[in-house]
Amino acid sequence: MNRDSQSARGSIRKGRAIMLAGLVGLAGIYLMAWQFTPTERFQGLAQKIFYIHPPAAYASEMAYVLAGIASVLYLLLKDERFDTFAAASAEVGLAFGAVLLTTGPIWAKPIWGAWWTWDARLTFSLILFLLFAGYFALRSAVREPAERARYAAVVAVMGMLLVPFIHLTVYLFNTTHPQPVVVQTGKPALPPEMLRTFLASFAVFTTLYVGMVMMRYGIGARQIAEEVADAE
Amino acid sequence: MSVWRAARAIAAKDLRIEWRHKTALLTATLFAVLVLLVFVFSRDPASVPLASIAPSVLWVTLALSALVALNRAFLLEREHAALDGILLAPVPRQALFWGKLLSNLAFVLTVQAVAFPLWVLFFNITPTGALLAIVVVVLLASVGFTAVGTLFSAMAVRTRFAELLLPVLMLPFMIPPVFAASEATMRLLAGRPIGELWGWLRLLALYDVVFVVLANLLFPAVVDE
Repeated sequence: MNRDSQSARGSIRKGRAIMLAGLVGLAGIYLMAWQFTPTERFQGLAQKIFYIHPPAAYASEMAYVLAGIASVLYLLLKDERFDTFAAASAEVGLAFGAVLLTTGPIWAKPIWGAWWTWDARLTFSLILFLLFAGYFALRSAVREPAERARYAAVVAVMGMLLVPFIHLTVYLFNTTHPQPVVVQTGKPALPPEMLRTFLASFAVFTTLYVGMVMMRYGIGARQIAEEVADAE
Repeated sequence: MSVWRAARAIAAKDLRIEWRHKTALLTATLFAVLVLLVFVFSRDPASVPLASIAPSVLWVTLALSALVALNRAFLLEREHAALDGILLAPVPRQALFWGKLLSNLAFVLTVQAVAFPLWVLFFNITPTGALLAIVVVVLLASVGFTAVGTLFSAMAVRTRFAELLLPVLMLPFMIPPVFAASEATMRLLAGRPIGELWGWLRLLALYDVVFVVLANLLFPAVVDE
């Protein structure tokens, strides 16, 4: 077993430990949201999704942005580790994106009266999700690793530049989404217990992101090490 | 050889091949006509007036037929490894991009030049000055997504499932120009004042500039071994 595949295994092990810590944290968030956070007066229990949905949005967008940055670095430096990281981050981003797109409608049905509205943020998340799903369709259609890395990076960089256009498009199209209630000028308009759970949830999702990306990075690196070993 | 001359030579070669075969051009045009027809039949004639769906149908038809047209952009080069021949020629990579963009644009616009009058006919659009303005919108929108398609088709053609992959990669990139173009078309058909159009035209022009430049910059990363 060579050094590359050993460090890949190390990354998987560490990632797994961090992810497990994140999952325990997630259970803690459920408990906090359920038992130690007041129920919102107008939305009732539906508002509890607030401790999962915005953190998932944050984690998926961070994942996409980091995948994009890694792709630019890959094209500039041609170091395969950037490609492995971009793929890992994009895949974890898709997982959080799936959480985002499934929790949204569950909240929207009682509050907006419809599972799906063509609201700007909703549409934006969907298009981003589809863009990165296409990124993986491309990755799986190319066998040669260096070619796959270049093509994927090109699509990711194009996608990054598309994002502002999509943003503009969906806002010109329609918006009814609740505006941010935490990050705004002046004091956050939230009771302190809610804010505490909310912020704790962001920390948990960040931990989950780090753990999952480390694991996925390790898996990707191990695959490459095996391909290299097979070739030799 | 300068980039521009090499690009023109590549575009001329592509168009000459298209012209001799005519199969691709005729098939893509036929496809556009059929899409128009399917849309006319997919609505309830008693409750949905043709005029209300005309702009959307025009843009879905143009976008889909552009996709079909772009799909074959690099197929020509795959046969007998013709691309390797071009890559061996002592011309800059950029020339290949500009040449392909030119020939793709010519191909896409030719298909649109047939689909557009048929749309006017099928949807009973009164021919006024607004039609000329819509032609400008068609040109503006096509440049941007043809640039994206030129870049993506160069990759897609060298993968498995090329025919499936190109639409999956392309369609998210078609959303902004198709949306802006269809909004502009709607306003033009409704005879709205020209001032309402500027925002949409600016969006289209900005999209063209950003993606023509970016696709050109990224193109060498796609064709280099």
